[in-house]
Amino acid sequence: MTSENPPRAQRALRVAKVSKNFGRQRALIDVSLEFSPAAVTAIVGPNGAGKTTLLGILSTLVRPTSGEIRLGDDALDRAARHRIGHVGHEPGIYPDLSARQNLGLFAALYALTDPGARVASMLERVGLSDVRGDLPARAFSRGMLQRLALARALLHEPEILLFDEPSSALDPTGARWLGEELVRERESGRLVILVTHDLDAAAQVASHIVVIRRGRVALDRQQAQGFAAHEVRGLYEEALRDR
Amino acid sequence: MTASFWRYTLLVAWKDLRIEGKSREVLYTMGFSASLVILIFSFALANATDPAQGPITAAGVLWAATLFTGTVALARVLDRERENESIRSLLLSPAPRAAIYAGKLIATALLMILVECVLAVLVGVLFATGVFDHVLWLALVLALGTLGFASAGVVFSAALLRSRSREALLGALLFPIVIPVLLAASRATACLFDPLAPDLEPVAFWTRFLLATDVIYISLGLWVFEPVVTGE
Repeated sequence: MTSENPPRAQRALRVAKVSKNFGRQRALIDVSLEFSPAAVTAIVGPNGAGKTTLLGILSTLVRPTSGEIRLGDDALDRAARHRIGHVGHEPGIYPDLSARQNLGLFAALYALTDPGARVASMLERVGLSDVRGDLPARAFSRGMLQRLALARALLHEPEILLFDEPSSALDPTGARWLGEELVRERESGRLVILVTHDLDAAAQVASHIVVIRRGRVALDRQQAQGFAAHEVRGLYEEALRDR
Repeated sequence: MTASFWRYTLLVAWKDLRIEGKSREVLYTMGFSASLVILIFSFALANATDPAQGPITAAGVLWAATLFTGTVALARVLDRERENESIRSLLLSPAPRAAIYAGKLIATALLMILVECVLAVLVGVLFATGVFDHVLWLALVLALGTLGFASAGVVFSAALLRSRSREALLGALLFPIVIPVLLAASRATACLFDPLAPDLEPVAFWTRFLLATDVIYISLGLWVFEPVVTGE
């Protein structure tokens, strides 16, 4: 894999009749969705609706009980892990290592060619290139950790970028920066999926809104020009209204 | 096992050793607690410096100290994956889960063996034991015993990664499982330390037993680590 020729998603991600049971509890029931490349999809819904389970399945960390997921013609399974980048509400980096060492580790795990240059360019990209080289990530602010988490997720140029409540502990400046990065990734052609409770944040970046309720898709709406905040709130309330 | 498997294994092990090199939490905690255990036993046991009984007692004390403090190393090495949910990033990487297990096992065993080297010298001094009489045999027994202990320990520690009282549970779950390893290791060590032992035949027997146990435990660990760590 080279950084000079980054793969960009030209393929849609299709979720077909996916269900997930945890024992007798049904977390997802017959979920079918299609995610387009060069678009941000916001998955919203109340707590316990199954959003994070769906994201877990899309990241290949959780195995669906039934159904299938395909990226273009290929099954999205463990062999496709190098096509996926994930940013969670926890940054997923090692606090005792510096930013450069963290990225160096993941560059090695993803077997990137010229990892040194790639790490340097990613640090530059997320605005951490000026941080003292030996400073452990433990000393980073929450915003810096999320920048590093994004750099880690983008390091191997994934086709799919998954975000799970990425701005939950960020200050407004950090949340705004993250929103701009989401837009930038969408414009670069990546397929971006964002799980969030923040409907305003969803409205700012998403052109595809999915509302999950009690494990089922309650609403699936796409709009090329995006959504206004009040539209997203309206769709959300409509989807959650008892039927 | 392919070259890439070993590449991932060494990367995970190197990462853990590098983190320990910076924090030295495991080395200091384990070394200090184990030294304290050995010191207390050497004062408490009347036969500690008895030339006939001391060396045999020393073997038990050495492995008891390793058992109790080894759980500290196991808990901490896996605990580091919990902070910031780093384990998620590792599991999302292309590294096979078995390679993650093997890397963790190598790092934990190396840290434990490093501390055991110091403990063996301490035991030699406090229990009047000739630890250097069969130093290569002793190194082999320590390495195999530690591998057996850590191979089961990494699996249980991973299983308890998200448990609140994992340090208390780890000992309760792990100790019964590693009894065969500890019995064999302490028997072999006692034979090595015993100045009246006529030959090393019993040591060879227990070493073979340890080797067989290690093969079984490591094979099981490679097999069950994935479902255990992902909860699937």
